[in-house]
Amino acid sequence: MDSNLVLPSSVVQRPASAPLEYDPDLPVLTTSVDKLVQWARRSSIWPVTFGLACCAIEMMAMSCARYDIARFGAEVFRGSPRQSDLMIVAGRLSRKMAPALRRVYDQMPEPKWVISMGACASIGGVFDNYALVQGVDQIVPVDVYVPGCPPRPESLIYGIVQLQKKIASQRA
Amino acid sequence: MIEALRSLFPAVALESVESIDQQTIRVPAANLVEICRALHDRPELGFVLLADITAVDWWPREPRYDVVYHLSSLTQRLRVKVSIDGNAPRLPTVQGVWPGAGWLERETWDMFGIVFEGHGDLRRLLMPDEWEGHPLRKDFPVQIRLRPRAEEPLQVTEEEFRANLARDKAARADAPGKPGA
Repeated sequence: MDSNLVLPSSVVQRPASAPLEYDPDLPVLTTSVDKLVQWARRSSIWPVTFGLACCAIEMMAMSCARYDIARFGAEVFRGSPRQSDLMIVAGRLSRKMAPALRRVYDQMPEPKWVISMGACASIGGVFDNYALVQGVDQIVPVDVYVPGCPPRPESLIYGIVQLQKKIASQRA
Repeated sequence: MIEALRSLFPAVALESVESIDQQTIRVPAANLVEICRALHDRPELGFVLLADITAVDWWPREPRYDVVYHLSSLTQRLRVKVSIDGNAPRLPTVQGVWPGAGWLERETWDMFGIVFEGHGDLRRLLMPDEWEGHPLRKDFPVQIRLRPRAEEPLQVTEEEFRANLARDKAARADAPGKPGA
């Protein structure tokens, strides 16, 4: 929680010497609209289901009970891009799939973010050949790159936390 | 089995190829379809399943390609190889024998550029539709540097948007089963 929030009276005892205009009995928090909006956005990231290869298995593990990204408020994988605000590109992207990826991204409402998961999605990985796109940043803008082949679920959770920090620092 | 085929086709040179795991024969391209027909229809052969069609590029050998048909019956398996020339490689389709050959031949054409005459729907199967070249040929550049193609988002002007809305509304009004209609 942001440090400039004033805590309610159930938490803070009113000091005897407090000035009269400060009334902790009022159930009020003060913050800026920017911080409140970005706090809401980063605390409820809904990823679109976009698993492409073996990284998707780790992504599924991350969303399940053992690793449980619900702890970070990002648990609802949506089947429709129109209800999502994060795309985790999990796996190698073939040239034939590239238009479909772009179309899914274009259907997501603003604001939206992209995590490039794993070596293949980020730079093509070991597949330096005609069939694969050498980095999904040629197709969509990427916010966070998660390294690994495939990244462990903890790595992806770390990537999501980094994305939350990035969202917190953006203007609403 | 190969003896049975030889007695069926005495005029055709059927070459038995050495292989460790299953019987393999090499047949001339001109007789491919009739031999496949016999392999499929004859009850003592009965190769009712065409498991796969693929090809091997032996560049710079000539004839350059081997097209390989993997056949399966209830009791045995057979590999049929056909050697074809590197300039304008073409073969007749075996869709008339095994209807499922269509996609396998599309894939073989996509990857090797071997034209199957009489196929009728020889489109790209694995590569993008606008792709040039056949990537499993030995002389294809594997680490090709091309910009990936992704379609641009559809741009709609306000007039088009309103016209779409009006058309949609009219279609709903005409639809049967509308409450109150």
